[in-house]
Amino acid sequence: MDFLLWVRGPAFDVAVAIFLIGVVARLFEILLLGRKPLHSEPKGGEFGNGMAEIFKRSVPLPDIVKRGAVTLVGGYVFHIGLFITIFLFVPHIELINSIFGVRWPGLPNPVVDGVTVVTMVAMVVLLVHRLLQPVKRMLSGFEDYLTWVVTFLPILTGWIAYHRLVNPYPLILGIHILTVELLLIVLPFTKLMHAFTLFLSRWYNGAVYGRRGVQS
Amino acid sequence: MADSTTLGESLRRNGVSRRGFLKFCAATASMMALPPSMIPRIAEALEKARRPSVIWLSFQECTGCTESLTRSHAPTVEGLIFDSISLDYHHTLQVASGEQAEAAREAAMHENMGKYIVVVDGSIPGPGSNPGYSTIAGISNYDMLMDTVKGAAAVVSVGTCAAFGGLPKARPNPSGAVAIQDVVKDKPIVNVPGCPPIPQVITGVLAHYLVFGKLPELDSLKRPLAFYGQSIHDRCYRRPFYDKGLFAENFNDEGARKGWCLYRLGCKGPMTYNACATLKWGLGWSWPVESGHGCLGCSEPDFWDAGGFYQALSIPTSNVTRTAAAAVAAGAVIGVAAGLANKAKKSGAAKKHQTVTVDQLGKG
Amino acid sequence: MSSLSIERGLYDFKAVIDAPIASYFSSCVHCGLCAEACLFYVETGDPKYTPIRKLEPLRRVWEQEYTIVGKLKKLVGLSKPVTDDELEEWKELLYASCTMCGRCSQVCPVGNDIAYMVRKAREGMVSSGHAPEPLVGAATRAVKIGSPMGVKWPAVQNQIKHVEADTGLKIPIDVQGAEYMPLLSSMEIINFPEYLGALAKIFKQAGITWTIASKAFEATNAGLQIGSSDIERELVVRVVDEAERLGVKFVIGPECGHAFNAIRWDGPELIGRPYKFRVLPARHGRDQLRRHAGCRYPQLVLRRRRRREQHGGVRAPPAQGLRRQAQAAGGGRARAPGDGVRQLPADDRGGPRALQDGDPDRRSHRDDRRAPERGLRRLLEPRQNANDLRRQGGAGGQREMNSYDRTLSR
Repeated sequence: MDFLLWVRGPAFDVAVAIFLIGVVARLFEILLLGRKPLHSEPKGGEFGNGMAEIFKRSVPLPDIVKRGAVTLVGGYVFHIGLFITIFLFVPHIELINSIFGVRWPGLPNPVVDGVTVVTMVAMVVLLVHRLLQPVKRMLSGFEDYLTWVVTFLPILTGWIAYHRLVNPYPLILGIHILTVELLLIVLPFTKLMHAFTLFLSRWYNGAVYGRRGVQS
Repeated sequence: MADSTTLGESLRRNGVSRRGFLKFCAATASMMALPPSMIPRIAEALEKARRPSVIWLSFQECTGCTESLTRSHAPTVEGLIFDSISLDYHHTLQVASGEQAEAAREAAMHENMGKYIVVVDGSIPGPGSNPGYSTIAGISNYDMLMDTVKGAAAVVSVGTCAAFGGLPKARPNPSGAVAIQDVVKDKPIVNVPGCPPIPQVITGVLAHYLVFGKLPELDSLKRPLAFYGQSIHDRCYRRPFYDKGLFAENFNDEGARKGWCLYRLGCKGPMTYNACATLKWGLGWSWPVESGHGCLGCSEPDFWDAGGFYQALSIPTSNVTRTAAAAVAAGAVIGVAAGLANKAKKSGAAKKHQTVTVDQLGKG
Repeated sequence: MSSLSIERGLYDFKAVIDAPIASYFSSCVHCGLCAEACLFYVETGDPKYTPIRKLEPLRRVWEQEYTIVGKLKKLVGLSKPVTDDELEEWKELLYASCTMCGRCSQVCPVGNDIAYMVRKAREGMVSSGHAPEPLVGAATRAVKIGSPMGVKWPAVQNQIKHVEADTGLKIPIDVQGAEYMPLLSSMEIINFPEYLGALAKIFKQAGITWTIASKAFEATNAGLQIGSSDIERELVVRVVDEAERLGVKFVIGPECGHAFNAIRWDGPELIGRPYKFRVLPARHGRDQLRRHAGCRYPQLVLRRRRRREQHGGVRAPPAQGLRRQAQAAGGGRARAPGDGVRQLPADDRGGPRALQDGDPDRRSHRDDRRAPERGLRRLLEPRQNANDLRRQGGAGGQREMNSYDRTLSR
C-alpha cells in the first residue's frame, strides 16, 4: 500500500514531469532547427496538404500491403488495441478526467480485456518478426527492444492486475502504474517520441509534396 | 480473572443451547473458509477450550472498534464468546478504574504469563515522539504496550489504527503515531484492520485461536486470509455493472438509483481486502456499497491518504495538474535553450562550408 | 582552397540537418517498411539496402549534435563518431543503390521523407570526398564541357540540322524575347532527336515563339545527382542567366525527372530568389507534351546483373500502385496534379507504368503512339537502347551509362 501510494503520488508526479519536460523540450529542439525560406513558385498549398497527409498516411499504400503484411497488420492491431486499452478503459478515463477534466464513456471491461489480449499477441508477433525478418533485425538495437519492453509491460501488468493474477491487488496495481511511469519517462528520449513527431513528419512530407502540387 | 472452567461449561451456564452453539461453530467454520467437516472439531475444541485471559489495550483510538465489538454482543452467540474468554482488562468496558484497573492488568499478566492474549486498538505515539500525546494512568502508551506484550502469547491489533496507524498516522501525523507491528517485533501478531473491523471478524480470529491454539493463516499484511483474502470488488454484488461499464456518475443520478457500480464515485473496493461484501454489517443487514456509498478502503494501510474518498482509484493522489504546468514551462525553457544552441551550431557549420568545386572533386 | 575532407563532410552534415530531418529521425520506429518499397532491396533481398539505413551516418550526426540524449551520450563517450571509412562504406548505399525515386518517402507510415534526407546526406558525402567516380566525372564534364555526357553545342547544332531537314521547320536559336525556352537532356539530343522535331511541330501549330539557348540547352543537372548544391547552383545559374538574358517567359523543363526538379524546385532555393520566368514541365507545353517515366533503372540494372549471374530467372516485379508516381531516376520526385495517376497496374515487362487522365486503359503509355512515347519505350528496353546509342554514335554517353551501371552493379 505504501508502494501504491508512492507510485500514485510522488513517482507519478516525477514521471509526468520528466515526460512533459522531455516532450516539450524535444519538440522545441526539433522545431527550432527550422527550415530554409523557399523561393520557388509553389504549385500547391503546403499547410492543407500537410494536414491532409497526417490523416492520409494512416492508410497504407497498396504497394507494400503484401510485402509488409506482418508489420502492417501487426502494427494496426497493436496501435488500435493500445488506443482502446488506454483511452476506453474506465479507470483510465477517470485518470484523464482528473487531470484534464474531460471524460467520455468507456467500453465494457470484458471487451477491453479481449482487446488487451489481442494487443499483446500482436506485440509478441511484432517482436518475433523483428527478431526474424532480416531488415528489422538489422535495424534493431538496444533501443528497439527497450521500447518494446516498456510498452509491453504496462499492458501486461494492467491485464494481470485486472484479473488479479497477482495478490495483493495494491501491489500489482502499483507495479502497473510504475511501468506506465517508466514508459512516460522513456518516451521522449526514444523512438517512442514518434507518438508526437509523427504529426510533424507527416505534415512536412505532405507539405513538401503538396507545395510541388503532387497528388496524394 | 482466568479460571479453569471450559468454554463449553461457561456457555451452558449462560444458557446457550447446543443448537445455538453448533450454529456458531458452523458460522465460524464458514467464515474461516473451513470445510463443514471441521464443524464437529470446532465444537469439540471450543467445548474443551480453557477460557484464555485477554488484556485489551486502548491507545490512540476512537472507541469505534469497541463499539463494533459490542455490536456483536447481546443477542448473538458470538457475543457470548466474550463471556467465554476472561477479559481481564478493558478500560472502556471494565467497572474498575484508576489503580484498581491497572492492578487487574498486572495481576492478569502475572497469573497467565506467556499465555495471555493482548488485544490492542489504537495506534501509539512512536518511541521517538513525545509520549505525552497519549498516556494512561501516567504511563505512556509505548511503555504500557511493551510492558504488557512481554508475557503475551500473541498480539491482536484490532482496527486500522492499531494495525496500520490509521487516522492518527494520517498526514501530517502530529503525534508520530505508529502501528503496533512497528514496535512489537518478537510476538506473533494478527492485524484485524477496518475502521472499525467487522465484529464477527474480531470474534472469529479469537475463535480460531481458541479452536486451534494458534493464529490463523495470514496474508502479507498479517491479516487473517479467511476474512481478508478477497477484495471487496471481487465479492461485490455490483461487480457485474463494473464489468458492463455501467457506472453511477453522481449520487443522485439514474445509475446511482439503479445500483450501478460506484467506481467513478471513488469506490476503493478494488484495492480493499475485507469481508464486508460477504459478512455485511448490522447482523448481515447491509454494508456501505449496498447503502449506495463507495468503499473507503478503511482496512487498507494509509487509507486516509490514498486520495479523496470520492475520487476514482486510478486518480493520482498528488496535484498533477500543477506539476504538469510547471513541467511544460520547464520543458519549454530547456527546449528553447537547446534549440537555440542547435541553431547556433548549425549556422556555425554552414559558415564553415567551403564551396565545392569540380576541381576539388577530381582530386578527391 | 582546401581539399575535400571528413571535417568538411561533417560540417555539411550538421549544416543540412533541419527541422524536418530532425523530426524524421525522431519518428523512425525501425518498422522496415521502407525496404519493401525500395527497388534495391526488393530486387536483391539484401537488408543493407533498407532506405533508412542509408542515412545512418547522417542520423548519428543528428543524434550526437542535435539531441539532448545524444549530447549526453557523446559527453560520456557512449557514441560512435562518423568516420571517413564509414562514409566510404556508405558511398555505395547513398549513391549506387538509391535513385531518389522516393518510393520509401511515400510508404513510410510516419511520413519520413527519406529521399529528401538522401539528397541532403549527399552534400556531406561530396565535401568529404566520397562521391562516386562516375558522378564526379559527370559533374566535371557538366561544369567544364556543358553536359554530363560530353555533348557540346556543335553536336546539338548537328542534330538540329537533321531535324530541320526531316521536318522542314526552323529550330530557333538564341532568339531574344521568345516566349518559351525548352531545355534538352543529352539523351534527347543524341538518342531521341524526334523530341526536338515534335516540339517544333507543336510550337508551330500553336503559333508560339520559342528558342533553344546555345549557352543553356542542357537540362540535366549532375550537381543534383551528385548531391552538391554548389555544383547544382552553378549549373542552374547558367540556365537562369540565359533565360533572363533572353527574356523568355517560360522555361520548359525536360522530361527527365531530376533535371526538372533541379530547375523547377531547387533552383530558386539555390540562388536565393524567385526566377523572372516560370518553369513548366514538358507536358504542360500547351498540354500536348505529356509524358513521364516511372523509374525502372535500378530494376533494369539489377536484373541485367542477375541474369548475368543466374542465367535467367527474373523475379516478379515489386508491387505497383503508388498513389504518387514519382520515380524518375536521380531525383524525379514530383508529380503534378491532373496527371490522373491513381493506380498503376503492373506492366507485363515488370516496370511501373504511368497512366494518364481519363480512361486508364485507353490512354496508357503503351497505347500512346506519340513520338516521345516511342522514345520512352525504347529507353525502357535496354538492349535496343544500347544498340541505338551505338548506331547513333553517342559513344560518350554510352560509356557514361556503362560506367554508372557498373557502379550500381558493384
